[in-house]
Amino acid sequence: MKFSEQWLREWVNPAINTEELVAQITMAGLEVDGVEPAAADFSGVVVGEILSAEPHPNADKLQVCRVSNGSDESFQVVCGAPNARPGIKVPFAQVGAVLPEGFKIKKAKLRQVESFGMLCSASELGVSDDHDGLLELAADAPVGEDFRSYLGLDDQVIEVDLTPNRGDCLSIAGLAREVGVLNKAPVKPVACEPVVPVIDDRFPIEIEAPEACPRYVGRVIRGINPAASTPVWMQERLRRGGIRSIDPVVDVTNYVMLELGQPMHAFDLAELEGGIRVRKAETGEKLVLLDGQEIELDSDTLVIADQRRPLAMAGVMGGEHSGVSDQTRDIFLETAFFDPVSIAGKARAYGLHTDSSHRFERGVDHELQVRAAERAAQLLLDIVGGQPGPISEVSVAAALPPVAEVRLRAERIQKLLSLDIPATEVEEILQRLGMEVQADGEGAWRVRVPSYRFDVALEEDLLEELARIYGYNRLPVRTTNASLALRPEPEAKAGLAELRRLLVARGYQEAITYSFVEPKVQKLFDPEREPVALANPISADMAVMRTSLWPGLIKAVQHNQHRQQPRIRLFESGQRFLPGADGLVQDNVLAGAVFGSRFPEGWAAGNEPSDFFDVKGDVEALLAHGGALDQYRFVAAEHPALHPGQCARIERNGEAVGYLGALHPSLLKTLDLNGPVFLFELALAGIEPGVLPAFEALSKFPETRRDLALLVDESVPVSALLESVRENAGAWLKDVTLFDVYQGEGIENGKKSLALGLTWQHPSRTLNDEEVNEVFEAIVAAAKQRFAATLRG
Amino acid sequence: MENLDRLLAQGKEAVENANDIKALEAVRVQFLGKKGEMTQLLKGLGKLSAEERPQAGAAINEAKQALQEEINARRERLANAALEAKLAAERIDVTLPGRGQTSGGLHPVTRTLERIENFFAGVGYAVAEGPEIEDDYHNFEALNIPGHHPARAMHDTFYFDAHTLLRTHTSPVQIRTMENQQPPIRVVCPGRVYRCDSDLTHTPMFHQVEGLLVDTDVSFADLKGTVEEFLRVFFEQELAVRFRPSYFPFTEPSAEVDIACVMCAGKGCRVCSHTGWLEVMGCGMVHPKVFESCGVDTETYSGFAFGMGVERLAMLRYGVNDLRLFFENDLRFLAQFR
Repeated sequence: MKFSEQWLREWVNPAINTEELVAQITMAGLEVDGVEPAAADFSGVVVGEILSAEPHPNADKLQVCRVSNGSDESFQVVCGAPNARPGIKVPFAQVGAVLPEGFKIKKAKLRQVESFGMLCSASELGVSDDHDGLLELAADAPVGEDFRSYLGLDDQVIEVDLTPNRGDCLSIAGLAREVGVLNKAPVKPVACEPVVPVIDDRFPIEIEAPEACPRYVGRVIRGINPAASTPVWMQERLRRGGIRSIDPVVDVTNYVMLELGQPMHAFDLAELEGGIRVRKAETGEKLVLLDGQEIELDSDTLVIADQRRPLAMAGVMGGEHSGVSDQTRDIFLETAFFDPVSIAGKARAYGLHTDSSHRFERGVDHELQVRAAERAAQLLLDIVGGQPGPISEVSVAAALPPVAEVRLRAERIQKLLSLDIPATEVEEILQRLGMEVQADGEGAWRVRVPSYRFDVALEEDLLEELARIYGYNRLPVRTTNASLALRPEPEAKAGLAELRRLLVARGYQEAITYSFVEPKVQKLFDPEREPVALANPISADMAVMRTSLWPGLIKAVQHNQHRQQPRIRLFESGQRFLPGADGLVQDNVLAGAVFGSRFPEGWAAGNEPSDFFDVKGDVEALLAHGGALDQYRFVAAEHPALHPGQCARIERNGEAVGYLGALHPSLLKTLDLNGPVFLFELALAGIEPGVLPAFEALSKFPETRRDLALLVDESVPVSALLESVRENAGAWLKDVTLFDVYQGEGIENGKKSLALGLTWQHPSRTLNDEEVNEVFEAIVAAAKQRFAATLRG
Repeated sequence: MENLDRLLAQGKEAVENANDIKALEAVRVQFLGKKGEMTQLLKGLGKLSAEERPQAGAAINEAKQALQEEINARRERLANAALEAKLAAERIDVTLPGRGQTSGGLHPVTRTLERIENFFAGVGYAVAEGPEIEDDYHNFEALNIPGHHPARAMHDTFYFDAHTLLRTHTSPVQIRTMENQQPPIRVVCPGRVYRCDSDLTHTPMFHQVEGLLVDTDVSFADLKGTVEEFLRVFFEQELAVRFRPSYFPFTEPSAEVDIACVMCAGKGCRVCSHTGWLEVMGCGMVHPKVFESCGVDTETYSGFAFGMGVERLAMLRYGVNDLRLFFENDLRFLAQFR
């Protein structure tokens, strides 16, 4: 909310400057977002009066005016504004004046006619964007008075960003109350004397939804002057409050809203039929709002209707047909209290947000309506005249908010704020806040909360009020005492923090990509699954929840390839979102993407490209981190996004925990990527559990090593052959190493040669040749039988 | 005996002239070997009288030893020279870059998150995580934000349907923790959160860390102490910290926390909008309604909660001036955090 400092100071005027005031209310929880001068910097402008206006001899659109500055002298001024005419009072920038942005006014000649000064529009003075001609001032504006002081332009517009609980401060009255409390300064409210009715006209009011509208106050005013205009001082206050001036009636309702915090609405009485009905809308009922849009109401929306049709969305916006216009002679003024819960969220549901809904959602003082109706009537009489009728008030006492009574215990002040504060000070602070405080037994009070502090309902709310007025920064500070119980932590676990560092050490850079991805890209990686879709995505390319980290990582690869990065190694960890038959699974995965050379370009290594086995080495390092590498198998597999010949499913004890492979060449093309790109993704739950190291006694006896070269069909998977070797190698096999894989010269086409180094060792004796020969033969025999292997000479 | 002196002189000269180990060995054999010229002199001792023999023998042995020492010295010199030559031949340019992978780096957000987690883990907070697709109850209702609450408008929530949404803060993890565990509770909840907002200073996804402490004797003073201490250790500075009354539906009393601007030391600059202060986190005492939702007795227990935006802290810590860089994953950006 924006407000004029000057206006506030009419209500409460503590001896502090603007800067101190701003700091003070900020520290009291009314955060100031900005302070701006009410008008741009200018000088030398006075209230002037146009005495005469003659056509310019040499220009159609110009007039030659005589202007008075209140002295005996008058001045000839050439003016181009269409509304320049004798008798009006306007801002007059005299010779020597300096307008905003340093524009100096000098004696000038316009089309051969001399001009001594300039008549100004509002925008030329930086007081509004309105540049429809000269700014016309009130008829009683004192000619010759400095324009800045006439309009009080040496003022600051302060914008406060109020939290939703402080609806009570959405007015000058509320802010003044708060400033009064903080400074122990007297507050001088504006007079809201009852306006004596001069006619008897009433318009019937019926509340059909009392829980949503416990109070409705109406008043008829007949015969207003349609030609009246809003006085400049009121326009100025509205402007500084961030509200555009529209017409005098609407301006008055807005003015009272800014001043007292009570949103109001004025109907054109001629458009109303029968009487006011405050009721829930009927489903499908339509209403054209003041802003011209037609909305279809639902049965949960409170409306103000007459006997025929809905007139306004209660507390949000009026209707177009029943609103005041320049034809309006008789008005019906509405001042109501709507229950915040009934109004809250309604405007938003229709895509609306108004000054009125903003206030009603947060709460309005339910004791304010009659006072505001009187104030508005008085202002209307002053500005547009007319004959006021009596106030009609309908209240449903049972539906009005009860007066909150809260018990406050000294012991809780001590316990929750650690504050030792004398009882008298507690009472004094609460009383300053307008609360009625009564002792309620030893060390406790019964506190009656004023109707405008509808946010205070609990003991904790009172503690906050005490803390706030006492000063948050004066409250004690201490270091927490807590028990030093140790927390159990499994040792056999490959934690994410360590896995990340392992990848970092292997040259990977961590990425963080959005959890929502482009549906098209998501489909490329997981075509079978329907991803979870956002109902209100921020954009079409961030519309569905990823089922894999690959779509995001691939986008990152693309981003970097398009910026000429020759080598990309990225990883990411985070949740994926897998919809399934048993509901949504959200689990954490660790994924990576690799493109470019194996090593950074350098003098020592060639620039040979990374291949599958480089990335597999990284994956194996991750899997080995928990000490359970031998529980994993890499199984040749298929994946819609991966190269069919370079794709492995990673299984742990038979359960899939992830995939590794080269991005499918057709996807490279679709995604406009240079390849090859290698990808891996591992479910953290599958790889985190580890095994504890288990000690085995060191053997004192020598190892025996035998090497074996086998020729097999190239389709034979090495893992199967190694498994067979292990199965047949007896109890004392220590290690098998595959130290060469060879195809080419000397080897039959379609075959490969595998060279294995086998090591045996007995824990308590030396193995003899016969024993080793025996298992060696068994290994060879099994290989021959199962894989048609031959020994290579 | 003249002969002996001459031989010794010859021998010394031969040693001096031997330019490698092999030549030196030949000199040794020539003079001192079994058939060497000096050894031969010993054999001629028999011709001398019994009186002359011991003296002459001693003289020969002395000469032999002297020559042997010369040879030894020469050998050491030759060996040293050979080693030096070898070392010189093996000289490399140690300024060439090393071989193999260069290391990568953690994302600045992870780096910041881990740092925050570690401070709290160090004083006994556990790390708790939760689902990012949440239900309305845990994200709002249980946190005292009913359906009509104006605070909902400030959250710009991403929805899947009327009851399912992307969490707008990590507070639902606090609820889930309190549902599953009796006090005392000390947790920090790091993670991704989502708001339907995207401009220069907002990304639709960002990270938060929230902390929660519930025990029998927890007051606002503990909250102030914890938050102030955290900010000072995080920024490694004796910062001015201030608490401003604020409003969150799930805490009462509530506060926003400002620190003296770390960019200008509180003098006022563009980063702090010339106020000298930076808003860095929100906090407060857990609202009794939140405790009630989780079945925690409000007369026995009290607690505080705090929450902060990780990107904001990372930007201040590392001087990053554009929030959106965090999620572009440009290597030129990421590689600056090695």
